Amino acid sequence: MTVLRFREAVRAAMVEEMERDERVYLVGEEVGHYQGAYKVTEGMLDKFGSRRVIDAPITESGFTGISIGAAMVGLRPIVEYMTWNFSAVAFDQILNNAAKLRQMSGGQLSIPLVLRAPNGSAKQVGSQHSHAMEHFYAHVPGLKVLAPAMPADAKGLLKSAIRDDNPVLFMESETLYGVKGEVPDDPDFIVPLGVASIVREGTDVSIIAWSRMVHVAIEAAAELEKEGISAEIVDLRSLRPLDEETIVKSVTKTHRAVVAHEGWPYGGVGAEIADRIQRLAFDELDAPVLRATTLDVPMPYNARLEQYVIPQASRIIENVHRVLYKS
Amino acid sequence: MTTLTNGDDLHLSLYRKMFQIRRFEEEAARAYAQSKIGGFLHLYIGQEPIAVGASAALRPDDYVMTTYRDHGLALARGMSPRAAMAELYGKVTGCSKGLGGSMHFFDKEHNMLGGYGIVGGHIPIAVGTAFASKYRGEDRVSMVFFGEGAVSIGDFHEGMSLAALWKLPIVFVCENNEYAMGTPLSRTLSVEDVSLKALAYGMERDRFNSEHVLQVRDRLAEAVARARTNSEPTLVEIRTYRFRGHSMSDPGKYRTKEELEERKKKDVLLRSRVELEEKGHKAALEAIEKEVEDEITDAIRFAEESPEPGPEVLEPTTYAGPFAR
Ligand SMILES: Cc1ncc(C[n+]2csc(CCOP(=O)(O)OP(=O)(O)O)c2C)c(N)n1
Repeated sequence: MTVLRFREAVRAAMVEEMERDERVYLVGEEVGHYQGAYKVTEGMLDKFGSRRVIDAPITESGFTGISIGAAMVGLRPIVEYMTWNFSAVAFDQILNNAAKLRQMSGGQLSIPLVLRAPNGSAKQVGSQHSHAMEHFYAHVPGLKVLAPAMPADAKGLLKSAIRDDNPVLFMESETLYGVKGEVPDDPDFIVPLGVASIVREGTDVSIIAWSRMVHVAIEAAAELEKEGISAEIVDLRSLRPLDEETIVKSVTKTHRAVVAHEGWPYGGVGAEIADRIQRLAFDELDAPVLRATTLDVPMPYNARLEQYVIPQASRIIENVHRVLYKS
Repeated sequence: MTTLTNGDDLHLSLYRKMFQIRRFEEEAARAYAQSKIGGFLHLYIGQEPIAVGASAALRPDDYVMTTYRDHGLALARGMSPRAAMAELYGKVTGCSKGLGGSMHFFDKEHNMLGGYGIVGGHIPIAVGTAFASKYRGEDRVSMVFFGEGAVSIGDFHEGMSLAALWKLPIVFVCENNEYAMGTPLSRTLSVEDVSLKALAYGMERDRFNSEHVLQVRDRLAEAVARARTNSEPTLVEIRTYRFRGHSMSDPGKYRTKEELEERKKKDVLLRSRVELEEKGHKAALEAIEKEVEDEITDAIRFAEESPEPGPEVLEPTTYAGPFAR
């Protein structure tokens, strides 16, 4: 075990997998000489050279498409976007090619591709740099979508993603890069896709979250404990595949659920989870499933309004009170 | 297919391919009219010398990709008419198990890496296959086909820009048939010479009218050699003409009967036939044509008799490996 920051855990996963497998390479804007816009790729150019750590011009659709093509014929690219917000420029490539080529070709082609980038809100970077994009992609069969909260999970899941034969999208909360945690050194350590983790045991309510919202949920749970409310926190880690079993098990224990996520509520992943809970554990529920999400507006620049729009611990607590009929 | 001889044997074999594509599509059109084939059906009739000439300039291990107008290239690369026809019929014996349809022919064995429905979206993907060849130190070449309609879209420019910047072994082939759906060239491009776009990227270029299948082969062979030996991309614009509407649902009212008749007189396939007949190959031509007719009849029977894919194909073609939950 070593204590690593989240960004270092992401880097360690890439370095180990690139050492292990010659077919893995990294491409993106500023990943090489500049050492990464968020310094995630620091030192990688020196280590692997410009054949495998490739600076691309501002051509999101171009280098995404190229990576799909390279993956189709046997390489295993890792693509970094400066933020997931800019992946919208490559949405056609991800949706219409990466996700669909296997089926369109009758199973002849596989696309072993990892797309990764910072995601979600940061601090006052305005509406075009702040959105949590996992909701757009979790909708799409053919893609896998991961959103870890802890450095160890970031490393283990990214290693799994690089070894996976499908297109996998890896969401790194921009605000988590500095978070520290114990991370296994074992190069064979991986976290399987589609398995949630219980980061806090509790009995009164299940808070289901991923990425940065897990940390906000931990904060909320500490507050709730002072009121004598015991919250269990389920960190999904993976949104597609989704660990229904762990969600249902937790709700069966607590009988109440609040889903907490960044991103808009309308048609978001929270709505999917609420649907699954009512479908699979209806008889266990003592209250409707509620969601604590980003408000249904583009992200404002103003600091105070920004904090109002992003879900805070207080919004999770409010919703917990409502499912406990305490407000 | 790769020996660059100009003998009549080669010409006859290329004629055979062109004739096979023509007859395949004429029969596909008939089956479409009988509602045996669904969806869109974009015919390549008139443009056959390009796919066939290009395939003759390539090695079997080179990669190709094209648009939804993909039957010609797939057959030229060696896809069996059976697999092609069965795909049109949506049968499990089709090249893409009946899941792709007319616009999405794939044949990995022949390195035909697909027909794509989004105009221009496949161009960077083809560049990616060239990237992979260079990354691995192989001398394979990629060739990507698209219409002049794709020249306005961003992915064309991003693909060209990166291929030139990274010096990748690819040939961009614009099949300029002068119409993007119903819009004539004069209303799609401010500069009608598509090959000029190469200048902005410092890329080699070529431009010619498709007049003879061997000429297409020879001119593309130059670009292929540049890709194979120097790892340099080339943009090639080939002027051509499609004799049918954009798709089966398009009567093509945006062009005059006279224009169409004029262009049909210059049918390159017919020109090959006349030339070969004049050289005394009448018997060989008739034998080839008989053989192809039998092949197409067999393909149709095969397609009609083949089973449909069942729902069990859906999951394994959506994800590689098990997909937990
Ligand atoms: C991005 C995109 N926009 C629009 C369409 C609809 N569309 C299909 S084919 C076509 C015309 C394309 O013409 P061209 O590229 O010249 O190819 P051709 O059909 O002549 O071979 C259009 C507009 C599409 N498939 N994709």
